[in-house]
Amino acid sequence: MKELKLMKGNEAIAEAAIRAGADAYFGYPITPQSEILEYLMMEKPHERTGMVVLQAESEVAAINMVYGGAACGKKVLTSSSSPGISLKQEGISYIAGAELPCVIVNVVRGGPGLGTIQPSQSDYFQSVKGGGHGDYRLLVLAPASVQEMADHVGLGFDLAFKYRNPVLILSDGVIGQMMEKVELAEQTPRLSNEELAEKYPWATLGKRDGEPRHIITSLELESSKQEIHNLKLQAKYKRMNEEEVRYEAIQCDDAEYLMVAFGSSARIAQKVVSMAREKGIKVGLLRPITLYPFPSEIIHKLAGQVKGILSVEMNAGQMIEDVKLAVCGKVKVEHFGRYGGMIPTPTEVFNALEQKIIGG
Amino acid sequence: MAQTFDRPEIQTPENLVYSKTTCLTDNVMHYCPGCGHGTAHRLVAEVIEEMGIQSETIGVAPVGCSVLAYNYFNFDVQQAAHGRAPAVATAIKRLLPEKYVFTYQGDGDLAAIGTAETIHACNRGENIVIVFINNGIYGMTGGQMAPTTLPGMPTSTSPYGRDVETMGNPLKITEIVAMLPGTHFVTRQAVHTPAAVRKTKKSLRMAFENQKLNKGLSFVEILSNCNSGWKLSPVKANKWMVDNMFPFYELGDLKVNGEMINKD
Amino acid sequence: MTEEIIIAGFGGQGVLSMGKILAYSGVMQNQEVSWMPSYGPEMRGGTANVTVILSDERISSPVINLFDTAIILNQQSLDKFEKSVKPGGTLLYDPNGITRHPVRTDINIYKVEAAEEAAKMDSAKTYNMIVLGSFLKVKPIIKLENIQKGLEKSLPTRHHKLIPMNLLAVERGMLVLQTVHTV
Repeated sequence: MKELKLMKGNEAIAEAAIRAGADAYFGYPITPQSEILEYLMMEKPHERTGMVVLQAESEVAAINMVYGGAACGKKVLTSSSSPGISLKQEGISYIAGAELPCVIVNVVRGGPGLGTIQPSQSDYFQSVKGGGHGDYRLLVLAPASVQEMADHVGLGFDLAFKYRNPVLILSDGVIGQMMEKVELAEQTPRLSNEELAEKYPWATLGKRDGEPRHIITSLELESSKQEIHNLKLQAKYKRMNEEEVRYEAIQCDDAEYLMVAFGSSARIAQKVVSMAREKGIKVGLLRPITLYPFPSEIIHKLAGQVKGILSVEMNAGQMIEDVKLAVCGKVKVEHFGRYGGMIPTPTEVFNALEQKIIGG
Repeated sequence: MAQTFDRPEIQTPENLVYSKTTCLTDNVMHYCPGCGHGTAHRLVAEVIEEMGIQSETIGVAPVGCSVLAYNYFNFDVQQAAHGRAPAVATAIKRLLPEKYVFTYQGDGDLAAIGTAETIHACNRGENIVIVFINNGIYGMTGGQMAPTTLPGMPTSTSPYGRDVETMGNPLKITEIVAMLPGTHFVTRQAVHTPAAVRKTKKSLRMAFENQKLNKGLSFVEILSNCNSGWKLSPVKANKWMVDNMFPFYELGDLKVNGEMINKD
Repeated sequence: MTEEIIIAGFGGQGVLSMGKILAYSGVMQNQEVSWMPSYGPEMRGGTANVTVILSDERISSPVINLFDTAIILNQQSLDKFEKSVKPGGTLLYDPNGITRHPVRTDINIYKVEAAEEAAKMDSAKTYNMIVLGSFLKVKPIIKLENIQKGLEKSLPTRHHKLIPMNLLAVERGMLVLQTVHTV
């Protein structure tokens, strides 16, 4: 039987990681996500499943520990918040280049710089466009509830191993700090080294007699070979776009106006949908669950149906660029956001919708 | 070359006194002739072969001249980001405690950009081996100043010699890690003479044996010349090393069995 | 049924834990719940607040700007949230330390001398449970038995011996509620 608990989003991430059969977590404290490391330390997962939990000396060290563990075929994750995620970018680029699977959680806070510790969605660009150096993409999941925080850990690992690619869970201070009911998955057993070696022949689990050694690297000094590697990565991202787009369409069937919002903004926008519908205005909400790959096709389709689209984000207008690419000029697209850790109220969003889309 | 060695009449098993370790591949090394890296690679590989742990070893290569170490070591190797090898190795060892894990790092990697990772892996007493090649210069990028560059020593980024007033003093990181409770064995060796090579190999063997016994971190610094970077012939480079590097970076064990060695 | 509540006061008054008990109690009667705290340095002795939503349906936004009920435990919070109560909604406050009392006439206003009652019970820790009791008197949305279950779930086992005292405090809070103004 599945277990029902009331948990913070951060705690749900941590518990879900244990239950997903994660082999290790490496992290460094930063608000508003320190509960992940705290919960794991409190839970003693080494006693429950043998999972390793280590507080690293920095976010930089933590992501490189992830690299080392992932290269052994292990299920490894790390988490941080915006400034810490910036520090991890070098390591993430190496992980993407070396094609290693891992899960990275960003519980976003407002920036730039040290910024604020309050919730924000201002790391959208960094998340979906690569983030570090080089041509690469992360598969980006955007949970909008504590339940999804838990679910996306297991899903994240599945996708990470399916594509040998890092998966980013793009959350924020609202989803990380709030408590909701969450139904927890049953314990997935951790795999033995023998099982890993069988399943992941690329993993550095030791050279076997008569077999070639395993090398994990992102270095290729010959440009012609590096280009081939890049083409391989691009083919992988194309496959993600074909197979992994996930979204939730809320009251879109008869919608005359559309909002596009992810994560906590989508929760606020959902309230706005009911506020509008109470007034007889047919508003729908398209909530991307994957931000990369982006649900462009459905947005393009809806653009042919609605009179205007509002991109609701807790930033100065980042996702709107992808919305506009999807809409391709078919209909007006506007942005509404609050910045720097301010959370828009449903009333504010509703007013923006009226002024920018319905009235405009 | 092939002609010189193609003498099947004397290449018989009973005449065999030495052969290349199976823990090195047949790939031709990219290191400059006279460089110490090749010897250091061989010694690490020989120790691993002699201990019979080829299939249980995972090495971590750095960024620097030995970035391509994975082309030469014939066992599993991960190539790490610049300076991060001790963090990478930490995770491997924590997740595969029964395996043998070592990092192979140069001075820029270990003692400049990776200082934090080095100090903290040592301080946690990770049960790994760190092999530290110190040649006082950035070889791969073309001879820039390293954290271990000697005072007054010219490099491409200290063309008038290292001015300690503005560029700081060379960092004796090996002395620093010896003071940390997490290190079990800390030594400084060299590979410029057969005797030094033998001593270095002994130290490497001890380091890997320590790992077998879960003793904590073993740190083996190997002083090496960088004749290209120093702009000297290999023989002159080794002499320069003896005359200039050794007085500053004194050879010998700094810590054995967790006990500091009193040199007085 | 959907009840959107803000609880606001000083850090250390048990604002967040009161919200947590409320949320857990909601779970015990199969409701959807959300608990969204203010977080960060504010928690350390400054003002603290938490938004708790209990509903029979899926909860949309955990962040809202208008509330069915505001439970107010200091002056700053009264100044900030009195205007955020929906017309016809409820404001419950502890007058202890309040110099500017609520003035709205379009909402129901109640007060509870919780600090004083907690002193009488000789346990400052019962403060937030007295307030919770008063709230439940005004809005009996949770059965006492579910409060007990909520306490069991939200308190660590080592504190379970304190549950009877907490329940007494809830009952006390129900008795000492005072009506200031109703619409």
